[in-house]
Amino acid sequence: MKHAEGIDRYGIEGYLERYGDKGLLRFITCGSVDDGKSTLIGRLLHDSENVFDDHLRALTKDSEKHGTTGEGIDFALLVDGLAAEREQGITIDVAYRYFATERRKFIIADCPGHEQYTRNMATGASTCDLAVLMIDARLGVLDQTRRHAFICSLLGIRHIIVAINKMDLVDWSEDRFMEIRQQFSAFAAKLQVPDVHFIPLSALMGENVVNRSAHMEWYQGSPLLDHLETVHVASDRNLIDLRLAVQQVVRPDLNFRGFAGSIASGIVRVGDSVVALPSGQRSTVKSIVTWEGELEEAFAPMAVTLTLADEIDVSRGDVIAAVNNAPRMATNLEAMMVWMGEDALEIGKRYLAKVGSSTVQAVVREVRYRANVHSLHRESSDALTLNEIGRVALELVRPVTVDSYNKNRGMGSMILIDRESNSTVACGMIVDRVTAETSTSRRRDAGDARSNVRAQRSKVPAAARAQRLGQAPFILWFTGLPRSGKSSIAYALEEVLFKEGHLAHVLDGENLRLGLNRDLGFSAEDRWENQRRVAELARIQQDTGVITLTALVSPLAADRAEVRRILGDRAAMVFCDAALEVCESRDEEGLYRRARAKEIRNVTGIDAPYERPTHADLTLDTAAESIVANVERVMVFLRQRGWIGDGAKA
Amino acid sequence: MTDYLLSHLKQLEAESIHIIREVAAEFHNPVMLYSIGKDSGVMLRLAQKAFYPGKIPFPLLHVNTTFKFREMIEFRDRVAKEAGADLIEFINPVGADRVSVTPWTHGTQEYTRIMKTEALKKALGDGGYDAAFGGARRDEEKSRAKERVFSFRDRHHQWDPKNQRPELWNLYNTRVKPGESIRVFPLSNWTELDIWLYIWKEDVPVVPLYLAKERPVVERNGALIMVDDDRLPLDDGQKPEMKSVRFRTLGCYPLTGAVESEADTLPKVVEEMLRATESERQGRVIDFDEAGSMEEKKREGYF
Ligand SMILES: Nc1nc2c(ncn2[C@@H]2O[C@H](COP(=O)(O)OP(=O)(O)O)[C@@H](O)[C@H]2O)c(=O)[nH]1
Repeated sequence: MKHAEGIDRYGIEGYLERYGDKGLLRFITCGSVDDGKSTLIGRLLHDSENVFDDHLRALTKDSEKHGTTGEGIDFALLVDGLAAEREQGITIDVAYRYFATERRKFIIADCPGHEQYTRNMATGASTCDLAVLMIDARLGVLDQTRRHAFICSLLGIRHIIVAINKMDLVDWSEDRFMEIRQQFSAFAAKLQVPDVHFIPLSALMGENVVNRSAHMEWYQGSPLLDHLETVHVASDRNLIDLRLAVQQVVRPDLNFRGFAGSIASGIVRVGDSVVALPSGQRSTVKSIVTWEGELEEAFAPMAVTLTLADEIDVSRGDVIAAVNNAPRMATNLEAMMVWMGEDALEIGKRYLAKVGSSTVQAVVREVRYRANVHSLHRESSDALTLNEIGRVALELVRPVTVDSYNKNRGMGSMILIDRESNSTVACGMIVDRVTAETSTSRRRDAGDARSNVRAQRSKVPAAARAQRLGQAPFILWFTGLPRSGKSSIAYALEEVLFKEGHLAHVLDGENLRLGLNRDLGFSAEDRWENQRRVAELARIQQDTGVITLTALVSPLAADRAEVRRILGDRAAMVFCDAALEVCESRDEEGLYRRARAKEIRNVTGIDAPYERPTHADLTLDTAAESIVANVERVMVFLRQRGWIGDGAKA
Repeated sequence: MTDYLLSHLKQLEAESIHIIREVAAEFHNPVMLYSIGKDSGVMLRLAQKAFYPGKIPFPLLHVNTTFKFREMIEFRDRVAKEAGADLIEFINPVGADRVSVTPWTHGTQEYTRIMKTEALKKALGDGGYDAAFGGARRDEEKSRAKERVFSFRDRHHQWDPKNQRPELWNLYNTRVKPGESIRVFPLSNWTELDIWLYIWKEDVPVVPLYLAKERPVVERNGALIMVDDDRLPLDDGQKPEMKSVRFRTLGCYPLTGAVESEADTLPKVVEEMLRATESERQGRVIDFDEAGSMEEKKREGYF
């Protein structure tokens, strides 16, 4: 083995000092059955000299008996110890393998690519920094490949190595490699994976796994192992936002009171100002205590014990965070969930949510949509079943401290537990809703009231109501500068639809501000709250079977994205596009004039931004075209969508 | 420290401490199964670290078969005392007289079942523990690769392979109903080499049997067995020979094979291991007997 050379050179202690303790990389391997995943892992272990002779001898013997590779050693047998267990119905979601080189220790999360791949992959990926995604060079990018990539991206994996395997069976063709590479890149552009790397290899023959291939001189990059040893994952960690979820209060005697927990993110230093949540009480870090002695600073993912300068209330489940950069407290959460339970998600049922070190009762209020893992499209659904992925809205009985998963894995992840069976039925990645949560203090005050709310189910299905009205309801969300024509077009459209036998209703921003939204101003927060309420109202109307047309400026892209999520998928964004000068010239009420004169503030276009939509479903030129023409264009659009006209369906 | 990187051992350490704290916080009555071996030693050290400056808030449980090496028992008592931990020793009453249940009266398998598996179940049942830490690692055997960190056991201490919970991130589902329990393996992600490195770097005490020394041994079924007391029946005319040996794993002395070795310091042991071309488990007689039967034993309630 390689160790021997090193020991000969440096002596054992010198060798251990040099190579003993090193970096760690956790990666997941994904691929469909027969892509060569096991062969690849076996190869990695063998070629990096991590296999003992007795195992190799056993392997050679087994290969003669069971191997699928003819003459040679079947490296897949090195890791395929689980076939028998599968037959016995033993649930294997992930098998973990370990190996090390002089540069890194590796933990492989090896997920069986069978039926339960979604659940298995989510489990395996949850602790990984990188994914090796196998593609059979003969088959190219398959549905399955896209699914795997999607799940990796959902679980926050930032590095994907696309291992294009079985190159020996495509004559080591560079063209084929490039073709697959392009296919995959086109798709991956839609995912949030910043680092995608491609390696052509043959697991079977060990080419470009550990050793450079002799058959693919056109490939300039390094073999897989080199890449695994050097890929830079350190900067993926969040060292900005200090958060420590308190696991235990350590109190050996009256003089010592320490808060033990793992640092989920950030760096903590003695003297730092910190806040304990949910109490909101502040103090400073007095000491960072470890068995080895006190530290001046500590960072993620260290497990430490903090003492604070003041006697403040802190107990298990609380989070200690930086004062000027605290996470949010929320009773309402939005999360992408992977359903893992045999029983489907039930809206309104009480589950337990474990978030950090707190466990809280939680109700799923709504399934916003289900993500179709084949097409990546969003579908409406009111449940999630085993292995389905969707975005859900959760309500907790008391607030928990969270960040979005994107920003902070440790503070943005959760599991759901069934209270009767105690099984883990789902995992969730919390989605950022900062705008919504911090919008108004009124929301926070309302937290207690909400905690007693239970989702109730109507006995009359929405579809039945729509049917009685003889239509398939939808929502059109008009956005644009003040005076760009939103209201005029919406009201004109309402009339046309009505005459054609539909029941539509306009929710006009300005009108609503006279009643429902009377308490809101024009700050960014209030604007969001305004939109949120209208969006929720639109959904209510949708459930009553009524078509909704809204007319709100809705100037910010992020807010509109949030609105879209609330509205669901039978909704379209219509952009009323007119230049500011045009809108100003239509200024009958003197809105712009007063803004220009600084008599009023926060007028969109003047001293508040309007972010032009780049992905509107329909853009209307409201400067050049008449209202009637634009209404007609909307009608055409609606027919194209199949939302009105013959055979319109929900 | 300026690059804010943790070495792999420190990462493993942090992960294990997190697990140990989680168990202490969420279970009513946890216990740590302390087998005196090197893995147990590391686990104990991690527990000390987890609660420092407080004491370990749960007892250590040693299931004694009465055939443990004497040095192990001495070591156990000393270490537990130094750690300030409560130590509970359990011996299955049927074999407590040290001569009624032995590998040669009952056969290895039956002896192991009575003095280890049954004893463990009884000890856990009597103690009413809802969580028990074990020092097993996933790299020990192929079939362990899929093992959970939190391994759920029904009220008969049985492992139901179809009813294990998915484990994500470091969010462990610790819910159990009365009578049910969870075996927790905080060293799951450690390899044998990690254990040795850690022992070396952190100066974790280990039983001297791991280091080579002249010891009296006899040969049995191709294995070198140390004559640790006068209960080991010797063949006619057989005489213990003094050989420089050490042990790769520690268990019951009649069932644990020694390896001939000159490695009398920790680094030398690691060196032998790194130069080794054969795997670790070869020394264990019990595994020879029943290759691949780990799974079965686990289902019965032994780890
Ligand atoms: N020709 C060729 N065959 C391969 C290669 N990698 C794997 N295979 C074969 O593909 C089949 C499936 O491999 P296996 O590793 O069991 O796939 P898994 O189901 O993804 O683990 C086996 O017959 C392998 O020998 C490769 O690079 N080239």
